[in-house]
Amino acid sequence: MNRATNPTVRWVRPVASIILAVVVIGIPLWLALVTSAKSQGEANLPDLSLPDSWHIGDNYRQAFEQGHMIKALAGSLLVMVPAVVGVLICGSLASWVLARRAGRMTSLLYSAGISGIVLPPAVVTIVLLLRQLGLAGTAGGMIFVYMGMYMSVVIFFITGFVRTIPIDLEEAARIDGARPLTVFVRIILPLLRPVIATATILVCLYVWNDIFYSFFVLGGGSVTTLPLNLYSVASNNLYQNNWNLIFAYVIMMSLPLLVVFAVAQRRIISGITGGAVK
Amino acid sequence: MSIVTAERVSSEPPETTRRVNRGHRTSDYPLWFLAPAFAVLGVFFFLPTVFNFVYAFTNWSSFHDDIAFAGFDNFQSLFSDGTLVRAIRITLVYAVLVAIMQNLFGLGLALLLERDTRLNRALRVVFFIPVLMSALAVGYIFQALLKPDGGLNQMIGALTGTDVSIAWLGSTTWTIVVVAFVNSWKWMGLAMVIYLAGLKSVPEDLMEAAVVDGAGPWRAFRSIRLPLLAPAITFNVATALLGSLNGFDSIQATTQGGPAQTTEVVDIFIFRIFGYGLFAQATAMSLVLFLLVTVLAFPVIGYLRHRERVL
Repeated sequence: MNRATNPTVRWVRPVASIILAVVVIGIPLWLALVTSAKSQGEANLPDLSLPDSWHIGDNYRQAFEQGHMIKALAGSLLVMVPAVVGVLICGSLASWVLARRAGRMTSLLYSAGISGIVLPPAVVTIVLLLRQLGLAGTAGGMIFVYMGMYMSVVIFFITGFVRTIPIDLEEAARIDGARPLTVFVRIILPLLRPVIATATILVCLYVWNDIFYSFFVLGGGSVTTLPLNLYSVASNNLYQNNWNLIFAYVIMMSLPLLVVFAVAQRRIISGITGGAVK
Repeated sequence: MSIVTAERVSSEPPETTRRVNRGHRTSDYPLWFLAPAFAVLGVFFFLPTVFNFVYAFTNWSSFHDDIAFAGFDNFQSLFSDGTLVRAIRITLVYAVLVAIMQNLFGLGLALLLERDTRLNRALRVVFFIPVLMSALAVGYIFQALLKPDGGLNQMIGALTGTDVSIAWLGSTTWTIVVVAFVNSWKWMGLAMVIYLAGLKSVPEDLMEAAVVDGAGPWRAFRSIRLPLLAPAITFNVATALLGSLNGFDSIQATTQGGPAQTTEVVDIFIFRIFGYGLFAQATAMSLVLFLLVTVLAFPVIGYLRHRERVL
């Protein structure tokens, strides 16, 4: 491009980009980072200055204990892993049939199957239903609710992907006498790996960070999650101003996803965009 | 091919004919494969939605043991004190603001970081970090940053040399914009990567041809890239708009719906009155949100289905 030939202009864009990143992303994250290392008194008025005295160990230990981090982490995993595995198994089974069958009935089922992408879950009556089923406040109830909420996204992504898989691949196995379930497990499932990766990332991102639905489903129960405990730590802020603990908790809670992202960043981004823009 | 299959062919629509002719029977794709997915969807997604239409018309609450039919009482009380219209208005304003800001930021970042240099790749990762963080956490960071004596005012004060104490989260008029900004900040990285993928799909020679023909950067962007970005724009605007009709986390963490309930979107309202034990009223509001999204979503589902067909 001819703009790049001008040496002063060539530097403007990278420098502007760096400044923008520092101001827009760096400052908010810096605020969380320094505040998490300050004493309670100093964190009372959270600002961007470095701590006068460092309290990293104290704060993180206290946030870890007050926020019942281990219990919350266990709860988050207990809910997320089965929900993601379940929604992917059910969703991919259904998607294969939805993609391969034709006719008005299939088309109708597909529309119903993906309607949850846009329709909001009926969060209040979900609580009522779970109470009737004896699942209110339990991990099982939460797992089923997440599965119901994200089934549509999974069906949408996987059905679209199955349609790009040549049907001849299945034929070879079928001629050898393989039954549908065998064809699905042996032939289709391995080919779905990229789209399953995309769906896993998206569903994990939503479930790991969800607070609204877990408030309703898990509220008052014995199972708790990382965001729920962050909320309860932060609610103490009303009477004891604990910004240092809030941000220590925020940083500990954000780390797992950031580490996963740092490791697999390329695949995650291409996975997410692959579904959106074709 | 068996006779049975051939007979079925004649009675089914043309699309099926084509498939079956290629040698496929529907028994290769058994319907029971649909059962687990639709059972979960049916019980945990559609059934509560049906309940919405029932319990919105009852007096279900934590104040009495039985649940009785109450007609339009819930809607009437929500309507008469102005909550219903206010919550809908605030939610729509919020969703539109988020859709606009998130896409302007996302597109701007994509254009800025478009060239595939090492620096740009690193910066894209930086701008993607907020997407991974919990919206609740993001909300707390901005609550601290935007306090009257918080970080932002200190910085502005240091730059201008005066004492600044703007109550970013205390304005009954403008805080809704600030709250929408916070949510856009969290999600702009996602919009950015989708726009980047869209920009990549614009053929290089098309841009070169435009430059040869004497088009300036703005003209080349407007006439060539913007139209070719249309799928990415539609996707981003639709998901941002419909997604933020369900907005909750970042607002709850920054303002809890305040000041004076001017940022109280529907989900915050539902959460608050559910906490009071007014379950039927919360259900009524949830039904209103459902209907609102349904009305707005039809064009969106149409678009998604269209994209499926193109695929």
